[in-house]
Amino acid sequence: MEAASVPAARPAARGQAVRDFISKYGLILVLLILPVYYAISDLTGDEGDLSRLGNNLVDGLSNGAIWALVAIGYTLVYGIVELINFAHGEVFMIGSFVAAGFFGTIGLAEDTGTALLVVGLLVTLPVCMLASGLLNTMIERVGYRPLRSAPKLAPLITAVGFSFILQNVGLLWLGGSQEGIADLINSQHGLITIAGVEVTNGDVLALCVTIPLLLAMTAFIGGSRLGKAMRATAQDPEAARLMGINVDTTISLTFLLGGMLAGAAGIIYALYQTTIWYFQGFTAGLIAFTAAVMGGIGNIRGAVLGGLIIGFIQQLSDNRIGSEWTPAIVFMYLILIMTFKPSGLLGEETREAG
Amino acid sequence: MTETATPPEKAAGHAGEKKPGAVPPWAEKAFIPVFFIAFAALPFVVDSSGGLIFDMTLALAYVVMALGLNIIVGFAGLLDLGYVAFFAIGAYTMGWLGSGFFSAVRNEEGLHVGVSGGVANLPGIHFNFLLVLVVAIIFTTIAGMLIGLPTLRLRGDYIAIVTLAFGEIIGRVAVNADEIRFSSLPIVGGPLGDFFGEEQVVTAGRQGITPVDKIAFPGLDPFTSLELKPWYWTALGLVAVVLFVNFRLRDSRLGRAWIALREDEVAAVSMGVPAVKTKLLAYGTGAAFGGVSGAYLGSFLNTVNADQFQFYFSILILGMVILGGLGSIWGVVLGAITLSFINFWLIPDVLNDVPGKLGLEFDMTQISFGIYGFLLVIMMILRPQGLLPERRRAEEMTHGEEVSDETLYTARA
Repeated sequence: MEAASVPAARPAARGQAVRDFISKYGLILVLLILPVYYAISDLTGDEGDLSRLGNNLVDGLSNGAIWALVAIGYTLVYGIVELINFAHGEVFMIGSFVAAGFFGTIGLAEDTGTALLVVGLLVTLPVCMLASGLLNTMIERVGYRPLRSAPKLAPLITAVGFSFILQNVGLLWLGGSQEGIADLINSQHGLITIAGVEVTNGDVLALCVTIPLLLAMTAFIGGSRLGKAMRATAQDPEAARLMGINVDTTISLTFLLGGMLAGAAGIIYALYQTTIWYFQGFTAGLIAFTAAVMGGIGNIRGAVLGGLIIGFIQQLSDNRIGSEWTPAIVFMYLILIMTFKPSGLLGEETREAG
Repeated sequence: MTETATPPEKAAGHAGEKKPGAVPPWAEKAFIPVFFIAFAALPFVVDSSGGLIFDMTLALAYVVMALGLNIIVGFAGLLDLGYVAFFAIGAYTMGWLGSGFFSAVRNEEGLHVGVSGGVANLPGIHFNFLLVLVVAIIFTTIAGMLIGLPTLRLRGDYIAIVTLAFGEIIGRVAVNADEIRFSSLPIVGGPLGDFFGEEQVVTAGRQGITPVDKIAFPGLDPFTSLELKPWYWTALGLVAVVLFVNFRLRDSRLGRAWIALREDEVAAVSMGVPAVKTKLLAYGTGAAFGGVSGAYLGSFLNTVNADQFQFYFSILILGMVILGGLGSIWGVVLGAITLSFINFWLIPDVLNDVPGKLGLEFDMTQISFGIYGFLLVIMMILRPQGLLPERRRAEEMTHGEEVSDETLYTARA
């Protein structure tokens, strides 16, 4: 990027214009390449309309909602302690496992009536959220807090250590292969079809759980006393402590919130995909972390936006290019976005990257 | 071996009583021959065909890689989570230039450069190992600089994610390129297809390129998989070269520029350190070591398999660097040996028998991953600064504590 822009700058006026144009619109152009390309090829091809792209979009958004929930956990934790919490993906995985286990405990099955099912799910959701949230808080207490004054990368390694431990827990829990669970909500069943775009039960569930949670989260962080303490600590821990904010409690709370969202994502994932396995957290963690960085790490809206964009790109690539290439495509996009906008889509100046 | 070095280095770590600079410069130099003589003599002590020497050879190859990553992360302070990319490129260089993989080259006669003996009659491309090393260094240096380019404007953990992305992309390509034919590539497809043959694919994916040529030095018989001593000494030789380069670089103008950039980029640049060039050189040098080790491992393990190139590999190497002590050369050597022994010897060979001896019906291999994670956590909590921290960092840590009465994060508000 730097190398490319330097020669362009030499013929002063025109080069500057090109550079301004790239820095203003380059990112948007990059993001639009794939959708626009497929829109044109759909319109001119056999299908003649945009219904396939619309389906991709709906599926992508509901998948992206799951990534957004996980990504918020990364972004909250990064914002406050500047740590890539590698164990976060595994916390999400444990959320899925707890959900699957709890369905069995309270006796939810595919033939459960709708009313009972709704009640059951409403009970399971807080259970999963609490399990994941407490797990995340515990990890912070055991693995990260003793290392606060250590070199910056030391907690990264304990995070990886916890991620291995939790994966092993998952491996012992349900075995080493993909485990099918009851398709409680009949997730691939089409609910409504608008102009050729099918909205399935799974999509509705994902959005119905995610949107209220996101609103609640934003309200909590923006409005409550504890949320204010979190923002203050993220901005300047030292000053926050001087103002009488309990930094330790605030950090624990952040991990709790992040873990709870990951737990919610876990239950949606279990219901949506209907297969779970111990390795799902690894992929989800990478994708969600990518989403958080793409949106500008430390920024909650950015994490949501990044999650949705990645969900859409993934769906496009799964559907059109082949799912074996999806990770490569997602990461390619990440590199392009980082090249055009180094602080992420909605990135603010964080303490370190100031 | 490392025990001999621990006392003076440890004194540097605990700077409380003793000044960190108190280790005399000759101590480090005097330690080098001790280290190498002890290591070179090891195969005579242990069974030279057994698993232990295999593990030790592997550990030495990882030392080379960890030292490479140490240049990027430890010296220059650029967090690289995609180091596996360089391992992959090095290993594929070995696989491509030292195996029967390109069987159709020159009408199945094969292309041979600097090889003799049985290999010289096989189809495929067969280069001498030393030539492969040179090519691997060239490839990985270029790749390192290319990966470095988009990260130049980024800071901190954004660099981590971009390097991670590159590592994952390379890993993906390694897995999936067994469906891509050279002849079907755009633009260059025609001539490449003519050269390699219409059906030739780019990688062997999860099947792996195997067998790979054994290392053969001019004037010596090729190595065999039965006699591991020459492999071990070759790896030790590579470690020696890499250590030498590391020490010379650390104390050079370039090394000081890396450390200056790591400590404060703005200050370094305003003092005239060329940030772009310095960073790219860090990526390039670090990558080259990864390529050397990758090419060696490709031949030693006798396979170049896409499953080897996963994200965990980057984390394993990064763990070695951080555990040993970021930026500390001997620390990284110790960290690499420790972690690879935990990974390849302690967990599979030693701990495996424990439940059996206790009379428990329990398979340890099932929880080997968890044990590894547990050990990582314990080691990091007990010694967060690394086993043998770099003097400069040790000093910073203690010095910093003296200045501010209480660091923020130790505060219990």
